[in-house]
Amino acid sequence: MKYFLRRLGFYLFTLWAAITINFFIPRMIPGNAVDSLLAQRRGEVDSQAVQSLNILFGLDKHQSLASQYWDYLVQLSHGDLGISFGNFPEPVTTVLGSALPWTLGLIGTTTILSFLIGTLLGVFAGWKRGTWVDGLLPATSFLSSIPYFWLGLITVAWLAGPLGLPTSGGYTVGNIPGWNIAGDILNHMILPALTIIVTSVGGWLLSMRNMMVTVTAEDYITVAHAKGLSGARVMTKYAARNALLPSVSGFGMALGLVVGGTFLVEQVFSLPGVGLQLINAISGHDYPLIQGVFLIVTVAVLAANFLADLAYMALDPRTRKEG
Amino acid sequence: MSQPVVVSTQPTAAVAPGRARIRFRIPSTKVTIGLAILLMFTLVAFFGDALAPYDPSKRSSDILQSPSAKHWFGTTHLGQDIFSQILVGTRSVMFVGFFAGILATVIAVIVGVTSGYLSGFWGDSVSTLSNVFIVIPALPLIVIVTNVIPNSGDWAIALVIGCTSWAWGSRLLRAQTLSLRNRDFVQAAKANGESTWRIVTVEILPNLTAIIASSFIGTVMFAVMTEIALAYVGVSGISQWNWGEVLFWAQGQQALAIGAWWWFVPAGLCIALLGTALALVNFGIDEIVNPRLRGGTKAVVRTADGRKARMRIGFTPVLTPRTDMGEGGGGR
Repeated sequence: MKYFLRRLGFYLFTLWAAITINFFIPRMIPGNAVDSLLAQRRGEVDSQAVQSLNILFGLDKHQSLASQYWDYLVQLSHGDLGISFGNFPEPVTTVLGSALPWTLGLIGTTTILSFLIGTLLGVFAGWKRGTWVDGLLPATSFLSSIPYFWLGLITVAWLAGPLGLPTSGGYTVGNIPGWNIAGDILNHMILPALTIIVTSVGGWLLSMRNMMVTVTAEDYITVAHAKGLSGARVMTKYAARNALLPSVSGFGMALGLVVGGTFLVEQVFSLPGVGLQLINAISGHDYPLIQGVFLIVTVAVLAANFLADLAYMALDPRTRKEG
Repeated sequence: MSQPVVVSTQPTAAVAPGRARIRFRIPSTKVTIGLAILLMFTLVAFFGDALAPYDPSKRSSDILQSPSAKHWFGTTHLGQDIFSQILVGTRSVMFVGFFAGILATVIAVIVGVTSGYLSGFWGDSVSTLSNVFIVIPALPLIVIVTNVIPNSGDWAIALVIGCTSWAWGSRLLRAQTLSLRNRDFVQAAKANGESTWRIVTVEILPNLTAIIASSFIGTVMFAVMTEIALAYVGVSGISQWNWGEVLFWAQGQQALAIGAWWWFVPAGLCIALLGTALALVNFGIDEIVNPRLRGGTKAVVRTADGRKARMRIGFTPVLTPRTDMGEGGGGR
């Protein structure tokens, strides 16, 4: 419980830090870019939206920084992230709301899948160390050195044609995934998911393999062997169970890195997710949307970290100890 | 100046056993190949301009040519030579990678070692800070920061990447420093009345060499990937050529849709090759940090009568008589 509370406190602190970063960085945008965007849309933007942008980007120079910060926090707590210039006049929250399910679906599923596959293969590779399996390790690091988006592009060019798998398009942008179009979505997700899994499995595999190798030299493994337990049992119940712990705690930590790379995959496959929105927002200088994406992604990563912590607590009894 | 470094009693904790052995160990094949590739890219980074057969930005009438003796990697929609673009672009990639790597490693060492060595409030708060930086997604953060900086060239990109990617290394260094802090040789140095500064630089830092090197390489890899992603997305200015820039133009001109595979493939393969080289070097460093990862001993040996026996730590393989045609199993 103490562990749980400490982690919860840490996430709240990180959330606050991310919000604060998100508060300060736009105030350094040179030349009041948001002001000029507003000027272009003069007359079309209602006064309430202008006010919310004022608060988000600190356009009102007369206020003190402290009161700007307070207004900012109050506005965020109402879930107001301003309006998106790229999707004018939609609010940022609406844009993100329709984009998020795609990203969660794709990145969430593929990250978990590649973690599971990589870990399983890593258990095997670590157990079979000193055999031919070791020779395959450099190949996996070659695969994980390929940028996601590049592999995606190549797949689109070479695989999609012959296999007849759809590469992009086919669904209306802004359509929130539901069961009625589930089959269609799955079909469209196969290629992007494959590219992400192929390039990210290697990292998990290697770290799990190294932990397995380290763990198999421990005394309790020798004891388990000496007791005459079967090899499979020692591998799964003794070695893998313990080698898994650092991998699980690393899972949450690595998410922040993984998420960034997978964003570009959405662009390659034209999936209308958060990553594609971010890329469009960058090219369109849609500052409110960029800030919104950063915030929403941070929240998502924090939530995922929290889930990883729960899994860790389930796996490691030591964290559940009272006191 | 170098003190004899005490080897830890537990092999698990895995400190590099003294610097001399690291320096004079003959690197494994993996490390040699990795270093050779790195050396090649470094040379290209320095002399790419001179080696390039054409000016990478110069247009010509050879539009969208496939690879030939004249244009090794083909040409773009403007007749630019892609081989020259890759050669010239190597400098920017290597510069950002190594500059960001060095910057991040310096920050990581300072933050990690201080927070590990100082206990109490300051140590904890510095370590919380680095955990915050680990959890916050790096790429979106880098995107919003580079967006704010006008005309972000290589220097600015490298600075931003360096300043945001130190946290992982600092976490590893802190963990190792925490474990070193209570070792006998550090305690002995303390008892001798050595200054904190001297203990950190002379007793602790040499034992962190391998981890520092490994986190440096990890950061270089991350920086290269990030720079290329930024260029590909179009965040960084189009002032200098780099591999991401090549991909950016290729994507913008629908290169794959029109079948111009040569526009994409070389840049992507270069990235993967550089990444693999760094990973290979890291294999070697990992084996220094954690001796159990070293290969060399074969796990499965063949006996005279052609059966296989599996070697296991702490056991002498016992072969069962021939009648049992099992796996010829390990020690029971």
